[in-house]
Formats: sequence, structure tokens, C-alpha cells
Amino acid sequence: MAITRADIEKVSLLARLQLTDAEVETLTSELGQIVAYVDQLSEVDTEGVAPMAHAVEVNNVFASDEVKASLPREQALANAPSHNERGYLVPPVLGG
Amino acid sequence: MPNSYTTIIGLEVHVQLATDSKLFCGCSTQFGAEPNTQTCPVCIGMPGSLPVMNRLAYDLSLKTAVALNCEIPEFTKWDRKQYYYPDLPKGYQISQFDLPMSASGYLEIHDEKDRFEPKRIRITRAHLEEDAGKSVHDEQSGTADSEIDLNRTGTPLLEIVSEPDMRSSDEARAYLSELKLLLTYLGVSDCNMQEGSLRVDANVNLHIDTDDGKIATPIVEIKNLNSFRAVERAIDYEAGRQFGIWQETGQKLGESPKQTRGWDDTAGITRGQRSKEESSDYRYFPDPDLVPIIVTPGQVQEVKDSLIELPADLRLRLTNELGLSAYDAEVLVNQGREVVDYFLKVVELCNDAKAACNWVTQEILRVLKEREITIGEFSITAVGLAGLVQAIAEKKLPKTRAKDAFELMMAEGIDIANAIERLGIEQVDESELESLCQELLDANPKIVADVQSGKHQAVGALIGQAKKKNPNVDPGRVREICLKLAQQG
Repeated sequence: MAITRADIEKVSLLARLQLTDAEVETLTSELGQIVAYVDQLSEVDTEGVAPMAHAVEVNNVFASDEVKASLPREQALANAPSHNERGYLVPPVLGG
Repeated sequence: MPNSYTTIIGLEVHVQLATDSKLFCGCSTQFGAEPNTQTCPVCIGMPGSLPVMNRLAYDLSLKTAVALNCEIPEFTKWDRKQYYYPDLPKGYQISQFDLPMSASGYLEIHDEKDRFEPKRIRITRAHLEEDAGKSVHDEQSGTADSEIDLNRTGTPLLEIVSEPDMRSSDEARAYLSELKLLLTYLGVSDCNMQEGSLRVDANVNLHIDTDDGKIATPIVEIKNLNSFRAVERAIDYEAGRQFGIWQETGQKLGESPKQTRGWDDTAGITRGQRSKEESSDYRYFPDPDLVPIIVTPGQVQEVKDSLIELPADLRLRLTNELGLSAYDAEVLVNQGREVVDYFLKVVELCNDAKAACNWVTQEILRVLKEREITIGEFSITAVGLAGLVQAIAEKKLPKTRAKDAFELMMAEGIDIANAIERLGIEQVDESELESLCQELLDANPKIVADVQSGKHQAVGALIGQAKKKNPNVDPGRVREICLKLAQQG
């Protein structure tokens, strides 16, 4: 499948990436090559092979329901671009 | 000719599961903590952190899915649902997409007032996912910013999706009530709507009968439904609104994207929100940090076998085995398992289901409601109430004094024997009663004459007098004896 400019524009919007026209051009070509490379896998006959959901064959890993210590709040907030020592501050959220 | 229409309703219910810790980390799920004091690198999505599935969250989900008659596939996995929102720190929610842990169940609903026929609402799926955080609008701070609290981030939620099988707001209400009751019986959630433990979204559209056949209107998802009452009102409002829009525009399903509207409870209307993104826009893919879960049919059977008696079965038992009316069974079961257990214990001890039911539904439930207490906090134990019922049956306690005895037992925390003694209730023996009646008849020859001429109600005047002379007399017996003596005389 070929990657088009429209695909790049849609994906960059969903990923909140602002791209210049030149970047869209480059990425259309580069992502196209990556997808074409991976697409070679479709040549393999997978008739009767169950789809793989996970790369390692391990199942049923659980932790018990036990409360453990959380981060001190100042540490949790430390990397935020903006906070008021209680919560993260973000531009107003509209329409809840 | 006016067009008639049917309202088509499907409900999505998010239930917070009753775990102590979050779905993928050890942070507490306790409601009401100081903002951002219950987070860690896993739930706020720090690089290099690794989520691990909470065993209890999965077990509670499985139990619920089985109780909802769902099929449990042997293989299930978790996926990343990607979107940007300030309360979603990782930029994706860990949810389930194409291989949910359960599918194809049902819940039976009925209405005690028979506003609709009992019916089966199909459950599309129930899947386990994590919750997002909360945004708080602090108007006092004077800033235009929103404050984000991530304490709720990563709390386990079970999303239960119904098929669009409901046809009225009454049916939607009944579905939610029955679902909530089931979840409460199972103990999988506290279902507290004020604290957000149970959240409802409603999908609503209309099937309109026209000369050209049946027409479906575009589906609207209603959010911000904070009570069952809000769900009912929003559905009724939305049905009317959609019919009006259809009359104006004639727009059909598929001719406009699915719309999301928010319910404004004060104004009593829904308002348009963003158009729903297509599901492919979420770019789901399997979460590589979490391994799948495989569950064998044997394990599912074990869960089935270990299920407690569910509300629907319990109602049947109360009516079929104990002879209660459907209404009484409904009232008792809807009070929750604790009240039912109390009732069953009383019946076991006194062997009179009808009397036990009357005391519980008429007196005890009233007291619990007035005092805002639970049956566990109520001062008369099941043993105590059974004693009261038996004392009446054995005629140690006249029916007319039963309420006094009940009040005293409740106030003082004493047993029935004590209460009878404290109230000065003594059994009046038969000869004493007869001489009392004879005395009254002798003093009232007119009444005797009336009775003899067939006016039996005349003895009524004597009952009050008898009670004045001896408060322990049984009015019924006084009546019987007076009639007998008057007729003989």
C-alpha cells in the first residue's frame, strides 16, 4: 500500500505534530519506504496460523491487589511545564 | 397523519471495580484524597515504567461477565487507544479493542408496575480498562487554566456495553437499576454515582414510521448523565428533539456523523459537543507492555459455580418457596443482600415469612431510612425480631401491643421477653376475660338487646371499655366473648 500526503497529514494531526510542507514531502516518501519494507511480510503464507497478539509467549502475569507507596506530590509535578503545587495546569479544557 | 416513532436506546456503563490499588500499579484507588498524591511512574506514564495487571481487577471483571451471562473467550489482550486529552498523561488509554475479555451476554429486566413486558437486554461486551484523570476548573484562582488531578488515572473500570435493545426511558432505568443491583450483590463495585464509580452514556436514536417505511435517525451519544433520573430525562428530551430535527431536515442515519451531546441537568436539555471520532482514529494496537490472559473453560466454570445467588434467582426463591408476593420480593431484594439475609434469618427462626416480611418492609425499612443506617446498625437483631413474631403467634403478645414492644426493643436493645415484662403485658386468662365481659354486658343492657336483634357491631362500644379496665386484653377475644355471652343471655 502506498503512503500518500493525505495519510501523513492525517497521522500528524492525530499525533499533534505540526509539519512544514517540505517535512510532509520527506515523510511521505520515508514512511512509504518503511511500510513497503514491512509489507514484504505479506508474501509469507500465513494460512492457518493464528494472529500473534504479543511478541513474547508469556501469559497471565498478575500482581496482587496491594497498595504501595505513591510518588510524593512535588516529585509527580516536578516535570510539568506548569503547576500550582497541587495540580498540573493546562490550557482550559472545554466541553469536559 | 402524524408519524409515530420508537425510541432506540443502548447504554454504555462504566463501573469502577472495588480494588484497593490501581489496575496496573500499586497506587491507592481511595476516593477523595488530596489531588496528585496517588500517582506513580506507571500511572502517569513515565518512560521506562511497566504496567502489571491487578489480579483482583481481572477476577472481579470475570465474575461480573459470567453473572451477565457473557461468553468468555479463552484468549484476551489489552490495546492502546490513542488520543490527546489533558487528563490522559500517557497519550493513550489501556483498553480492549478486538479481543475483549467477554462478549454476548444478557440481563433480564422487568417492571413491578408492568409498564413494559419483562425482556432480555443483550450485552454486547464487557471489557476491562483504565480510567483517566480529572480536570478541575478553579474559578477562584483567577487563571484561565484548568487544573488536572491524576489520582483517578489508572483506576480499573469495567465497561459494559448493551445492544440497542431498550425502547423507553422506563426500560433504560430498569436496566440500570437491575445492573446496579447485580453489581452490588456481586460486591464488584460500590456503584456510587456521586463519586463516579458508576457512569452512564446513552446512545439514542429513533425509528420513525413513514409512508415509505421505517426510517432511522442519526445516533446521538449522550454524556454527563449523573443520576438514573438524568438518564430518563435526557432520553425523553432527546427523543423529542430528534423527532423535531427529523421533521425539519429529514436527515437519516448515515447522513451525518455520530454526534456527542452533553446533558445539562439544570436546563433539562442536551447540548452538542465534538463530533465522535471514527474508531480508527484511535489507532488501537496491542499494548506490548502487557501480556495476554488465557482462561480455560474449567476456570470459567469454577467462577460460575462459585457465584452467589443473584437478584433474579433470589426473587424467584422468595416468591416460589416462601410464598411472598412479587411486590414484597422486589422490595426486599432491591434493599440489597444484607437486608435479605436478615429477613431469611428471621424466617428460619420463626417460620412465618409473611409476618417477617411485613415487619421488615413496613417497620424496619422505614426506621433505616429515617435514621440513615444500615440493617447491620439496626438495634433489633434477626433473633430479636423472630422472637417478637413468635410471641405474637403464641399469643404471649397481643397484636395491639406489638408495635409498642417493637419500639421498646429498638430503643433499649432488649429481647421480647424483657419488653413484654417492661410493658406490663400479662396474659389475661380466659375466666378473667369472661367475667370482665359479663360485667360490661350487665352494665349495658341496650347493647345486649341490640346484639340479640342482630346488630353485632353494637359490641364495638364495649371493646374500648374493656381495654380501659385492662390494657392487656385482646380486643378480638373481647368481641368474640361478648357476642357469645350476649347471644346466650
